[in-house]
Amino acid sequence: MSDQLLKVRDLKIGATVYPPGEKPHDIQIVHGVSFDLAPGKVLGLIGESGAGKSTIGLSAMAYGRGGVEITGGEVWVNGRDILQESVKGLRALRGTEVTYVSQSAAASFNPAKKIMDQVTEASVSQGKFSRADAEAKAVELFAKLGLPDPENIGSRYPHQVSGGQLQRCMTALALCPEPDLVVFDEPTTALDVTTQIDVLMAIKEAIRDTGVAALYITHDLAVVAQVSDDIMVLKMGEMVEYGSVDQIINAPQEDYTKALVSVRSIDHEEKTPTDNPMLKVENITARYKGTNFDVLNDVNVELHPGQTLAIVGESGSGKSTLARVITGLLPPRDGRIEFSDRTLSPDLAGRTRDDLRELQMIYQMADVAMNPRQTVGTIIGRPLEFYFGLRGEEKRKRIKELLDEIEMGDGFIDRYPAELSGGQKQRVCIARALAAQPKLIICDEVTSALDPLVADGILKLLLDLQKVENVAYLFITHDLATVRAIADSIAVMYQGRVVRYGSKSEVLSPPFDDYTDLLLSSVPEMKLGWLEEVIANRKMESAGN
Amino acid sequence: MHLALKLVAQRLALGLLLLLAVSVLIFAGTQILPGDVAQSILGQSATPEALANLRRDMGLNEPAVSRYFSWLGGALTGDLGTALTSGADISKSIGSRLGNTVFLAGVAAVIAIPLAILLGLLAVRYRERWPDKLISAVTLASISLPEFFIGYVLILIFAVNLGWFPSVATVYDGMGFLDRLSVVILPALTLTMVVLAHMMRMTRAAILNVMQSAYIETAELKGLSGLQVIARHAFPNAIAPIVNVVMLNLAYLVVGVVVVEVVFVYPGMGQYLVDHVSKRDVPVVQACGLIFAAVYIGLNMVADIVSILANPRLRHPK
Amino acid sequence: MMRLPLAAMIGIFFTSLYFLMAIFAPLLAPYPMTEIVGGVWEPMSAKHWLGTDNIGRDLLSRMIYGGRTTIFIATVATIVSFTTGSILGFTAAVIGGWVDQAMSRFVDLVMSIPTLIFALVVLSVMPVTIPMLIMVMGFLDSTRVYRLARAVAVDINVMDFVEAAKLRGEGRIWIIFREILPNALSPLVAEMGLRFIFMVLFVSTLSFLGLGVQPPQADWGGIVKENKDGIVYGIGAALWPAVAIATLAISVNLVADWVLNRTTSLKGGRG
Repeated sequence: MSDQLLKVRDLKIGATVYPPGEKPHDIQIVHGVSFDLAPGKVLGLIGESGAGKSTIGLSAMAYGRGGVEITGGEVWVNGRDILQESVKGLRALRGTEVTYVSQSAAASFNPAKKIMDQVTEASVSQGKFSRADAEAKAVELFAKLGLPDPENIGSRYPHQVSGGQLQRCMTALALCPEPDLVVFDEPTTALDVTTQIDVLMAIKEAIRDTGVAALYITHDLAVVAQVSDDIMVLKMGEMVEYGSVDQIINAPQEDYTKALVSVRSIDHEEKTPTDNPMLKVENITARYKGTNFDVLNDVNVELHPGQTLAIVGESGSGKSTLARVITGLLPPRDGRIEFSDRTLSPDLAGRTRDDLRELQMIYQMADVAMNPRQTVGTIIGRPLEFYFGLRGEEKRKRIKELLDEIEMGDGFIDRYPAELSGGQKQRVCIARALAAQPKLIICDEVTSALDPLVADGILKLLLDLQKVENVAYLFITHDLATVRAIADSIAVMYQGRVVRYGSKSEVLSPPFDDYTDLLLSSVPEMKLGWLEEVIANRKMESAGN
Repeated sequence: MHLALKLVAQRLALGLLLLLAVSVLIFAGTQILPGDVAQSILGQSATPEALANLRRDMGLNEPAVSRYFSWLGGALTGDLGTALTSGADISKSIGSRLGNTVFLAGVAAVIAIPLAILLGLLAVRYRERWPDKLISAVTLASISLPEFFIGYVLILIFAVNLGWFPSVATVYDGMGFLDRLSVVILPALTLTMVVLAHMMRMTRAAILNVMQSAYIETAELKGLSGLQVIARHAFPNAIAPIVNVVMLNLAYLVVGVVVVEVVFVYPGMGQYLVDHVSKRDVPVVQACGLIFAAVYIGLNMVADIVSILANPRLRHPK
Repeated sequence: MMRLPLAAMIGIFFTSLYFLMAIFAPLLAPYPMTEIVGGVWEPMSAKHWLGTDNIGRDLLSRMIYGGRTTIFIATVATIVSFTTGSILGFTAAVIGGWVDQAMSRFVDLVMSIPTLIFALVVLSVMPVTIPMLIMVMGFLDSTRVYRLARAVAVDINVMDFVEAAKLRGEGRIWIIFREILPNALSPLVAEMGLRFIFMVLFVSTLSFLGLGVQPPQADWGGIVKENKDGIVYGIGAALWPAVAIATLAISVNLVADWVLNRTTSLKGGRG
C-alpha cells in the first residue's frame, strides 16, 4: 500500500469525433500522463483549451464524457485500480469517495428537484448517512460556505438562487458525503470577478476544514496558485511541467510555463491626453425598448486621438450597451455623442458614410462576426469596395497589405472562417476594421473568448497597430489585467453609471471608491498568499469601520 | 403557483380566441370567397329561378356578418343546421359518427402511445447501433408512405389473404364492444403506423435532449444506478416533452382519420366530411371543419398547458 | 471535394428517373392514357407490363401519365409555396415590428386548422381544377415555409456579421441577398425536398378522396381510387401508384438529407 490517495500512471485517453460530412474517427486527447496526490493535498491542473485537463480530472472517477474513453494506463484510488473496477464498484466510488464540482452549477443541478434533495442524494442512496444526518451535514456546509439562510436554502429550487450561491451549493453537494477526493472543474470561471473571490475563499476554507484532497482544474494560473499545493501544467494532452506551486509560479522551468506565468504582463506606457478629444460621450442615458429602467445613466467619457479608453465593468454594468449607443444601434433617450468635431446622429440611419467608416467595431465572438459563406478576401475586401470603391487588382493588393499588417500573410486570402483558429479569426476581424481606415475602433470584449496566450498576441497586435495607424480604441472588457495592458484612460462602470473615470494611473491608484476597490482587489494576482491577504485586508477594513 | 396559473389562463383564453378566429376563417372560406356558392352547388346549367330559391334557402341574401353570427350562435347551442342534400339534422348525424371516430382514434392511441414511447426508449438505449438505425430507417419509409397505401396493404394481408379481419369496417347500433373492436382493429393499426414514426422520433429526441443535460452527468457521478438516474432525474424532466409529443401526434391523428375512414368505409366524421365535400353540402362541411379544428386546437392547447405546468421555473417562481 | 455517398446517389438517380419519366411521358407510354386496350384487371404480361386497370386501360401508361400529372402539380405547388413563403418570411424577419406581428399571427391562425381539413373546406365551394388545386395547396403550405424562412432569417439577422454589415452602412438588399440568404439556403433547400414530398402525398390524398385531379385524367392518387375495389379480390393494381409515391418520396428525402449534411459540414467548426 502506498501513502498516496490518487496515483495516475501513464494515463491515455481517446475519443471518437464525428465531424459533419466526414467519417467518424478516433483521436488521442491525453498522451500518457502520470501524477500522485496525497490525502488532504490539492493538485492544480492547468492548461489552455484542448489541454485535456477536464478529461484527466474525470478519469479520477473513471468517467468519460461524451465519446471519451480511457484507453490505457492506471488510476489508483485508495490502493485500487479503478479502471479495473466493476460497474458496481465504480458506483460505490463515485459520489461518495470521489465527487465532482462542475463549471456550470446552473446546468448541473436538476431543475425539477429541491437543492437539499440533490445535495444529500449521493450520501443517502449509497447508504453512507441517514437522511437526517446528511441534511444536518448539508446545513453545516451551507453555513461554512457562507450561503445566506443555511437552514432553509436547501428547500429552494436551483433557479431560485443566484449563480454564485448555486456554485457554493454544488461545492456542498460534493463535500456532503465526506469524500476523500473532490474534482473541481473550473468552479469559478463562469462567475464575475467580485463573486469569484468569495466562492474561491469558501472553497479554499472548506477544503482546509474538511481535510479533503482535491484536483483543481482551471485555465487561470493566478486562481490555481491560491488553492493548490502542487501544479501540473498541461498542453495538448501532455504534461509540460509538474512541481510545487512555489516552483511553478516563482521559478518556472519550461518556456510554456514561463509564458503562462508572465501572461498579461504587457508593458504599456500611458499617453497624456491631447487638447482636443475625438470622441465625447455627453450625458448619455439609454434603455432598451419595452423595459422600464435605464441601462445607462448619465454617462460622460472622452477619448483622445490615437489613445485607448477602457470601459471596465462586470456583467450588467451597461458597458456593452454603451458601445451600442455610440455605434447608433441603440439611440439614447438623452445626451449626445460628439465625434471628430461633429455631433453624430443618435440612430444609425441618420449617419453619413464617413461617420460609419471612421467608427469601426470588433466583436467578442469572431466566429459569428464573419459571414461563414465569405472568404477572408471577401470579408476584408468589402469595406475597401464599399468605402473606397477599390476593385480588382488594386483591391487585392490592399487586402494583402492588410493581411501582412495582422501578421497572417496572403495565403489566407481564399480561406473560409471555419478554416481559421480562434486567434486568426479575430485578426481577420481587426483587418476588416482597419480596411475602413477608421479613427476609432470599438473593441467589445475582443480577447475574452480566447486562451490567455492567444489573447496576449491580439493585445500586442492592437498596440502595434495603434502606433502605426494612430487609431483610437474604445476597449470594453471585464478583465482588469487586459485594461492594465492596453489603456490610457479608464472608466469603471457599475449598474449603468460611470463610478470612476480618469487616466489609467489615476484610476488605478488610491484612494478608491468602494466599488473600484472591491473590483481591483478581487482580480487574482499571480502570487502565493494573495487570496489570504485580500481577505485579511477586507476583514480589517470592515472591523475598522 | 401563481405565475403558472396565470400563464395557463392566458393559454386557455388564447385557445378560445383562436377557435373563434378559426370559425370566422371557415365561414369566410365557404361563404365569402370569390364565386357564388349557390352557383357552384347547382352547376353552370342551373336556372336562375333555382339559384334564387337556393340563395333564399341558404339565407344568402342576408349580409355575411349576420349570417355568420346566426351560424355561430347555432353552433354554440348545439344546432349545426340541416344538410342541404338530405335535409337531415346535422347535429344528430354527427353525434353517432363522432362517437365512432373517437372510438377508432382512441383504439389507435391506446396502441400507438405506449408502443411509440417504448420504441423511442429503445432507440435511445441503443443509440447509433442497429436497433436505432433500423427504427430510423422504418421511420423514413413510413413518413414517405401515403396513409391509404398502409391501409390497403393491411387489407390485402389480413383481410384478403389471411381472412382474420373484415376489409370493410361496418358498425351498427347495439354492436358489442368486442365486435366493434375486431372491426376497427385494421383501421386502428393503419392509423397507428401513420403516427408511430413521428411520435417515436420525437420521443427519442425529447429523451435524448434530457439525457444529454449536465444534471444527468451529475447524477451519474453521484454513483446512482442507471435506473435511479432515469427514475429520479431523467423521467421528471422528460415527462413534459413526451406528453407534448403525444398531444401533437394525437392532433395529427385527426387528419389521418379522414383518409383511413374512407379506405375502410368506416361510418365516422372523416367519411361524413369527404362525402359532403363532393356533394358540396356547405353546412355539413362547415360543421365538420369546425369540429376537426376544435379538436386540433384543443389538443395543441393541452400540450402547451402541460409544458407550462411541468416547468419548475414557472411552478416555483423566485 | 467530397465523394457522393451511396444513399445520395440512389436518391439522385431515382429522383431524376421520375422527373425524366414525367417530362417524356408521351414518348415513353406504350398506350394512350384513356384508351381501353384490354379486359378488366388483366394480370401482368409482356403486352401490359403492369396489367390493365378497372376498365381495361393499360396500367403502365396510366402510371406514367399519372406520374406526370402528380409530379407537375406537386412541383408547381412547391414553387408557389416556396416563393410566397420564403419572400414573406424574410421580409417579416428583416422588417420586424407590426408587419412581422400581423403576418405571423395570420399564419398561426391558418396553421391552427389541419391542412387537409382546410383544403377540403375550401374545395367544397371552389371548382376542383388543376390550377385551383395548385393554388390551394401552395397557399396552405406556404405557411410552413414562411415559419421556417422567418425563423432562419431571424436567427441570422441577430448575428454579429449582419450587425457589422448594418454598421458598415449596407442597404437592405445587400443584407438580405448577400448576408442572410447564403446562410439560409441550406435549411431552405432541404426543406424544399420535404415540402415537395408533402405535396405529392397531399395531391395524391385529395385525388384518392375524389377531390383532386378529376377523371379521366390520370394521377397516382386517382389510380388508387379507381382500382381500390380490386384489393378485396386480391388484385394489387391499386398498390402500384402507392409504391411509386413511396419510392419517389424516399429518393427525394435521401437527396434532401444529403444537401442538409453537406451544407452543415461546409459551415464547419463548433468553435
